[in-house]
Amino acid sequence: MAKTRTPPEFILERDDYKCIRCLVCVRVCSYGANFYDEKENRVYTENSKCVGCHFCEAVCPTEAITVKRNKFDIKPSAHWTSEELFDVIKQAETGGILLTSMGNDKPQFNYFDRLVLNASQVTNPSIDPLREPMEIRTYLGKKDAYLEIFEENESQVILKTEVSQQLKLEIPVMFSAMSYGSISLNAIKSLARAAETMGTFFNTGEGGLHKDLKRFGKNMIVQCASGRFGVDIDYLNSGAAVEIKIGQGAKPGIGGHLPGEKVTEAISETRMIPVGTDAISPAPHHDIYSIEDLRQLIFAIKEATRYKKPVGVKIAAVHNVAAIASGIVRAGADFVTIDGIRGGTGATPKITRDHVGIPIEFAIAVVDQRLREEGIRHMASVVVAGGIRKSADVVKAIALGADAVYIGTTALVSLGCHLCQRCYLGKCNWGIATQDPKLVKRLNPEIGARRASNLLKAWTLEIKEILGGMGINAIESLRGNREVLRGVGLNERELQILGIKAAGEAW
Amino acid sequence: MVRIDAGGLHYKVLNEKIWEAVDSGEKEIVLDNVCGQRYIGAGIKSRDIKIEINGVPGNDLGAFMDGPTIIVNSNCQDGTGNTMNDGKIIINGDCGDILGFSMRGGQIYVKGNAGYRVGIHMKSYKDNFPVLVIGGFVRDFLGEYMAGGILIVLGLEKDRDGKVIGNFVKTGMHGGEIFIRGEIEERQIGEKTEDLLATEEDLLRIEPYVKEYCELFKYDYAEIMNEKFYKLKPLTHRPYGRLYAY
Ligand code: SF4
Ligand code: SF4
Repeated sequence: MAKTRTPPEFILERDDYKCIRCLVCVRVCSYGANFYDEKENRVYTENSKCVGCHFCEAVCPTEAITVKRNKFDIKPSAHWTSEELFDVIKQAETGGILLTSMGNDKPQFNYFDRLVLNASQVTNPSIDPLREPMEIRTYLGKKDAYLEIFEENESQVILKTEVSQQLKLEIPVMFSAMSYGSISLNAIKSLARAAETMGTFFNTGEGGLHKDLKRFGKNMIVQCASGRFGVDIDYLNSGAAVEIKIGQGAKPGIGGHLPGEKVTEAISETRMIPVGTDAISPAPHHDIYSIEDLRQLIFAIKEATRYKKPVGVKIAAVHNVAAIASGIVRAGADFVTIDGIRGGTGATPKITRDHVGIPIEFAIAVVDQRLREEGIRHMASVVVAGGIRKSADVVKAIALGADAVYIGTTALVSLGCHLCQRCYLGKCNWGIATQDPKLVKRLNPEIGARRASNLLKAWTLEIKEILGGMGINAIESLRGNREVLRGVGLNERELQILGIKAAGEAW
Repeated sequence: MVRIDAGGLHYKVLNEKIWEAVDSGEKEIVLDNVCGQRYIGAGIKSRDIKIEINGVPGNDLGAFMDGPTIIVNSNCQDGTGNTMNDGKIIINGDCGDILGFSMRGGQIYVKGNAGYRVGIHMKSYKDNFPVLVIGGFVRDFLGEYMAGGILIVLGLEKDRDGKVIGNFVKTGMHGGEIFIRGEIEERQIGEKTEDLLATEEDLLRIEPYVKEYCELFKYDYAEIMNEKFYKLKPLTHRPYGRLYAY
């Protein structure tokens, strides 16, 4: 039987009139898609090799290149899209699990865009953030239910209550866990510096700590996952907080593994495993089969770090997320991180990414509701992730009940990522999801840091603008304030779960 | 030397006392009346500290520990040596489940038997090389996901069915070596046993550890070695190599 040829996903069009044969595009493409025919003195492209990362398009000095999606028209069918067709062909040829990267790209999981915000008109004045102070600083950690004062005189108050450790965020946006291995050191350095400049945090992910990142400890959250890669006592003490990773939105319920060929000398050093071996993170932590076991690990880390670090727990948003979050809070976590179905990743089976978990919007609503009902909302902060693309999403997430958000994909986009979803190949032309020194060099950490900081600066302005418009001058007053939200095009049940009214309904 | 009476103390209080002793430069700490307190020795980083425990310590003994020696004069509970980096734990009795979980270095000697999932995801790196020696028998899932180091089961005591290891041994194992003294069956380890007998050379590698076990717990080395040993290795270092469509 003839082997089925899957048509190229992208077509690279080169304007031969504009092309000056500088061969930059030939040199830069890590997938080897562009080539030069000396005899003809022409530059060609093997379209089937193009992943659509648009790097050559960006560096071509004469704008001769346009990368377009190949409209491969199969007989129109609502049931059989070309994606479905090609997936079947690929599996028929390889017999393997389909891999993909980044977050879920299907339209049906986005609810932020179906929420609208309120603004002041006549009856309550709005606030101009340029004239009046606006508070968006956020503290993550356990808030004590009451404070006992030891001594109070004119000059000072001494607290008897030992206040829990807090993380201070100048903007309620942090960079989510991305390990050295899944992304390049320059990408992490960019985010680390941006976190430092902007007074927020980046997260090491589960790959251990590169020595160059140690100096960013004050702005770093270190992760401890089931593989315990690079986890020792120095690592746990090196950041401002520790996050136990149970799951992530792009692959709930399954573990992860970094294939041996990606475990280079430098990666092996941070993960503390020999070069070339598979780094396997089993699906569960083998010391955690229950909430009680989770509590044991939380306190093992607290004991080992002498109660100096807040300890968080990250889970994927799944059907029973509210009850699980409640268990996590009761287990003693200082913050709970919840990652929704749109959360990104360096590599995941497509079936899991696209079909497992729930949208983060519902998860925030039900977790916040549940913790409030149980009277334990103050005992831990709620950090959410998975699909936050813009400041409006941040505002909506906080209004639904989150304390802060994590951004991963969006942070990478600020560094140059064009969402080709091929991180798992490790050949990222933008120098992000790769360990190839030639490619990594393309991302200058200083420029990267500036771009990521710019993004957060812009969001700071926008968040203040939108708060002012609602007549709110502190992000505290937005948290869990679902009255500022209305739903458009949502059914009654969805509105009910989100705890919001439909657009057009007044107070 | 300092003695701490652990009787009736919450683990947080007890461990803080241990930290205080460590901070004040104590090298030898003896704990009396220990009864289930967790996390003893957790996170302590120093090679020359010795902690002796009278009574039964609780879960996660020596978790994230980096260097100290802990001597337990009785039995131990679950999670001993969890993600331990370096140091030594000597247990003069039996031990619970997930002994040596994710351990990256150091040595653990158990005089008696151990529970389920022993040595799970142990790994080695450069100078860090974990060694686990269990004198008696162990339960199911020995060496699951094991990625490095050496695991030795001496089988000096056998379980009710006369076995020294349980079932589902070395599932997902992708590094390291497991040595078992005594009889094993194909169905316990998922492969034929004939070719798995340890060679002279192999036994030379475990000699220092078995000798140390004998010294610690007063056994005769020659007698112990006068029995066959099996050596289990991973079937592949890349268990996930052929799973995906690229
Ligand atoms: S980079 Fe642009 S100008 Fe240079 S060879 Fe390629 S298409 Fe031509
Ligand atoms: S990080 Fe690189 S490989 Fe991954 S989606 Fe973005 S551009 Fe593609």
